[in-house]
Amino acid sequence: MDIGIAHYLTVGACLFTLGMFGIFLNRKNVIIILMSVELMLLAVNINLVAFAHFANDLVGQVFALFILTVAAAETAIGLAIIVVYYRNRGSIAVEDINMMKG
Amino acid sequence: MIEAATYAPLYPELTLAIGAMALLMLGAFRGEGENAGQLEGWLAVAVLALAGGMLLAQPAESVSLFNGAFIVDQFGRFMKLLVLAGSAFAVVMSYDYFKRHGVAKFEVPVLMLLATIGMMMMISAGDLISLYLGLELQSLALYVLAAVRRDDVRSSEAGLKYFVLGALSSGMLLYGASLIYGFTGSTSLAVIASSVQPGGTPSLGLVVGLVFLLAGLAFKVAAVPFHMWSPDVYEGAPTPITAFFAAAPKLAAMALLTRVLIAGFPNAVPQWQQIIVFAAIGSMLLGAFAAIGQTNIKRLMAYSSIGHVGFALVGLAAATSDGVAGILIYMAIYLAMTLGVFAVILAMRRKDGMVEDIYELAGLAQTDLKMAAILGVLLFSLAGVPPLAGFFAKWYVLAPAVKAGLGWLAVIGVLASVVSAFYYLRIIKIMFFDEPKPGFEKSDAVIAFVMAASVVFTLVFVVWPGPSILSAANAAAATLKF
Repeated sequence: MDIGIAHYLTVGACLFTLGMFGIFLNRKNVIIILMSVELMLLAVNINLVAFAHFANDLVGQVFALFILTVAAAETAIGLAIIVVYYRNRGSIAVEDINMMKG
Repeated sequence: MIEAATYAPLYPELTLAIGAMALLMLGAFRGEGENAGQLEGWLAVAVLALAGGMLLAQPAESVSLFNGAFIVDQFGRFMKLLVLAGSAFAVVMSYDYFKRHGVAKFEVPVLMLLATIGMMMMISAGDLISLYLGLELQSLALYVLAAVRRDDVRSSEAGLKYFVLGALSSGMLLYGASLIYGFTGSTSLAVIASSVQPGGTPSLGLVVGLVFLLAGLAFKVAAVPFHMWSPDVYEGAPTPITAFFAAAPKLAAMALLTRVLIAGFPNAVPQWQQIIVFAAIGSMLLGAFAAIGQTNIKRLMAYSSIGHVGFALVGLAAATSDGVAGILIYMAIYLAMTLGVFAVILAMRRKDGMVEDIYELAGLAQTDLKMAAILGVLLFSLAGVPPLAGFFAKWYVLAPAVKAGLGWLAVIGVLASVVSAFYYLRIIKIMFFDEPKPGFEKSDAVIAFVMAASVVFTLVFVVWPGPSILSAANAAAATLKF
């Protein structure tokens, strides 16, 4: 069986959906949200690299490299904020993030 | 051989970038002290003013750099000047607040400068890659700013919420960008625009990509249905940071949204117009109805700003040059009013700390008539009462919508602004007719200055800055191709 671009896009779409559901359905831990965000960005990278490969164009791969770099910075900042939050609240359970509502 | 003069249009951004790094070094070597951040704050304002001066000195031409990834035109210059002004006012308002709360830090002005560079990148972005990098530079700085009061549980919660939802929105935006790239073969907005023939229908993949891209951008401007982060973040973040959030980033995201849609999808107007119309109606109605039950003034301002974004989107939905000019005018006036209101919120301070409940304003007219009058004028203007600036803001977005055949949308807008007048007038009633509470402490000189400047702008808009802003906005809108 030939593996074409549709297969890559399907994998990308599945991973992206998994990541999004991970953010919305997860009721336990903020770290899992971070992992889900990472999953979404990786799904995008799969898409970009697949498109770039099948179109014989380099821009998509360059874009993927930029995304990898930014994702690393984003995770670093996210973890730092989680540490700050944990120090104040003593918990990083998603259901405890409820000081403000209305 | 590339001449250095080729990059002259980049000088404002380069100035900010070098200035931010220099201030970071300065702050690191001066160390933490009683007055940490004061010198850096004023120097940051100087850097912002310098960048603004460079922008004003540029000849009024459209330049495209780095293979179209960075576009400098009158539209961009107009928005950049507004963003620089918004950032500068937020920087000057922040120092006293942080000092009073014992968390004076030199990082605050530096982070604001970095966010401003990101916003200027967003405004000038002509390519999906530069768009993403500008957006992330802005967002990463803003996440940290929201959580900058490390000892405060609400501030860190605001930072956490902003981070999670911001990261989600970046993910959606990127997924859309990847699809657009795949179905057009390019990340450049100009090439993406030419991939759809005039009068043709864009491919399904391109439309799906566009929808994801719009969802991501709607998050950044806090338009319905992607607004849910903004009340919590506005309430939890330190007040001067909230003022910053409400002013500059919103303008930049609005400019980005306008440029992406007008320059990148000029032949897919029917496709994106219905999305923008939906977001505009939702934002205007939610901004009007959800704010009625709020008693925290920062939260109320969050809903108010959601409503104002809805009005600006009406101008975008018109998809004409007049509509874009309307957005520019709207954002200029919105910036002035918002900064003024937040200056008043920063002045709501008693001996035992800041207060944020609107009932703390009770009887303000008897304890401090000047402040009550200023807030009163600003609230009337936010509600859109003529002849104040806020009325003209609404006029210049609703009129193009009517001309473009979206009269019913303008009717919804007017009705929404009638409903929203209720909660603005309620605050005025509390200030002027309720039993007085103890007065506030004397406000700092800069805060008083921002209040005065904002209220003067609002009052005399129709006479002086109005006509020149109007012609500048029309000239700026004309540089976007239709």
